Amino acid sequence: MLSAVEITKVFNKGTINEVVAIDSLTLHVNDGDFITVIGSNGAGKSSLLNLLAGTYIPDSGTITLAGEDITTWPEYRRATFIGRVFQNPFIGTCGSMTIEENLALAYRRGLPRRIRKGITEKDRTLFRDRLSILGLGLEHRLKDKVDVLSGGQRQCLTLLMATLRHPKILLLDEHTAALDPKTAEQVLKLTDQIISELKLTAIMVTHNMRQALSMGNRLIMMNRGKIIMDAQEKEKVKLTVQDLLEQFSRVRGKEFSEDRILLTD
Amino acid sequence: MTAYAFLGALEQGFVFGLMVLGVYITFRVLDFPDLTVDGTLPLGAAVSAALITHGINPIWSLIAALAAGCIAGSITAILATRLRIMSLLASIITMTGLYSINIRIMGRPNITLLNAPTIFEYFDFLGLPRHVVTVLLFLSLVLISKFLLDIFLYTELGLAIRATGDNPQMARSQGINTDRMIVIGVSISNGMVALSGALVAQSQGFADVGMGIGTIVAGLASIILGESLVGTQTVPRQTWSSVVGSVLYRIVIAIALSYQVGFLHLTPSDLNLVTAILVVLCLMVPFLREKFQRGK
Ligand SMILES: Nc1ncnc2c1ncn2[C@@H]1O[C@H](COP(=O)(O)OP(=O)(O)OP(=O)(O)O)[C@@H](O)[C@H]1O
Ligand SMILES: [Mg+2]
Repeated sequence: MLSAVEITKVFNKGTINEVVAIDSLTLHVNDGDFITVIGSNGAGKSSLLNLLAGTYIPDSGTITLAGEDITTWPEYRRATFIGRVFQNPFIGTCGSMTIEENLALAYRRGLPRRIRKGITEKDRTLFRDRLSILGLGLEHRLKDKVDVLSGGQRQCLTLLMATLRHPKILLLDEHTAALDPKTAEQVLKLTDQIISELKLTAIMVTHNMRQALSMGNRLIMMNRGKIIMDAQEKEKVKLTVQDLLEQFSRVRGKEFSEDRILLTD
Repeated sequence: MTAYAFLGALEQGFVFGLMVLGVYITFRVLDFPDLTVDGTLPLGAAVSAALITHGINPIWSLIAALAAGCIAGSITAILATRLRIMSLLASIITMTGLYSINIRIMGRPNITLLNAPTIFEYFDFLGLPRHVVTVLLFLSLVLISKFLLDIFLYTELGLAIRATGDNPQMARSQGINTDRMIVIGVSISNGMVALSGALVAQSQGFADVGMGIGTIVAGLASIILGESLVGTQTVPRQTWSSVVGSVLYRIVIAIALSYQVGFLHLTPSDLNLVTAILVVLCLMVPFLREKFQRGK
């Protein structure tokens, strides 16, 4: 469905700070895939999602969606079919606006913004309905500003916003990394629930190998801007944390043992 | 301060209230510091005055002024979004260019409108003195603009513009063309400022290329003054802040000009300095409050 072919992204080209964030990478995402992505710091995971979402345009290579070339589409245009949740809970929502206003913004994703009442009573009913899924009581707080919500509540709201209009693909970039373990667990459960209920295609970046193994149907490992492992379905089921660690050490040598961010618990 | 001077301050507060609402859109809603307004206020005045002296109906001249302001605003916004020029610099560029354009429009640095038709003539049937008509008309105009702006900021488009100012990354990921929102917002803002300038020209009877100097600072001073009294919790409150702040600001200025401080007698040319000091004082309020509370 979504394909990136031989895409490359170099930051600070021609300077001493030149970084090849994504190196001639090819990825074909199939309809209904739930891909988990792991890799050490700076492997290019966020860059890959940013390139798919259009935050950055690749230096070379093409990105296609259902056969259509979208390589140079700006971010806002790709948002028509992409839902996103970021690592930073503050990026996904507007703090100075109310919960219902944030939802209303998301409810017009991919549709023209008209000079019409931004929120109707019908919208409110729908918003309450969807918010109640979260089980956080936010359905009674439609007119509260998002500023007053906790990081976890904001991430749940962002997740809801990203999926309010069925996205063709959902991109999650370590969306639980900034949360405490208990909240992170809840947000993950919710993620799994929403993805399976709406039968979404999704890509989820995580630093937690156990999560990467237990969720989704496909696992990708990245290193230095390349995909170094792509395990699908049956192959993924058989994978263990030990396999992943071995794969890591194979490509990174002793470097990897210093990578303290790789969580195995 | 005499009753007459007070009425004059009200009149100015209301008519410049339109300008303050415009500045509110860029500074507060869009978070796009825009100095174009120092050029669009006289632009509106110039367009209106020039058209009136050419025999055009004063109401049409207001609409033309509004349109001219929108165009000037969109130029700043396009410089900032398409050419990626810093918003402050982009607006200074437009403002500088407008100085020449305004003189071109008028054919000279100023136009007097004595004995020329103005919108106020349409209200002569009321039988009220001209300065009362002016105050009432400006009050209605600023209130109508305030309520229209409130409604607009709650439309789908208005929400998108607010999101663009609050969190552009979020806005884009929700499919909002942030560049376009900036163009729309800055245009509306400058349209309102130009309309304000056109009304000022018609009420004071002249347009002058220098009348825009200090507009932005006066606008900011009004907003900050209003916010400290009215608050910023909701959009209607924020727009009230702009309107109330504008009136308060003109009253403060009128008072400052009517008193003699020792040997020093303030004149209208001191107005910009008074404003500058007022803005600094207003900006210090939260800082001083915090300091005071910590001291307790
Ligand atoms: N906007 C940018 N400007 C310059 N360099 C960048 C930018 N974004 C990413 N990089 C660089 O590209 C490389 C890949 O970064 P990226 O954020 O994609 O890694 P990541 O796999 O998401 O890492 P992490 O696990 O730390 O989030 C890094 O070396 C990073 O410094
Ligand atoms: Mg990252």
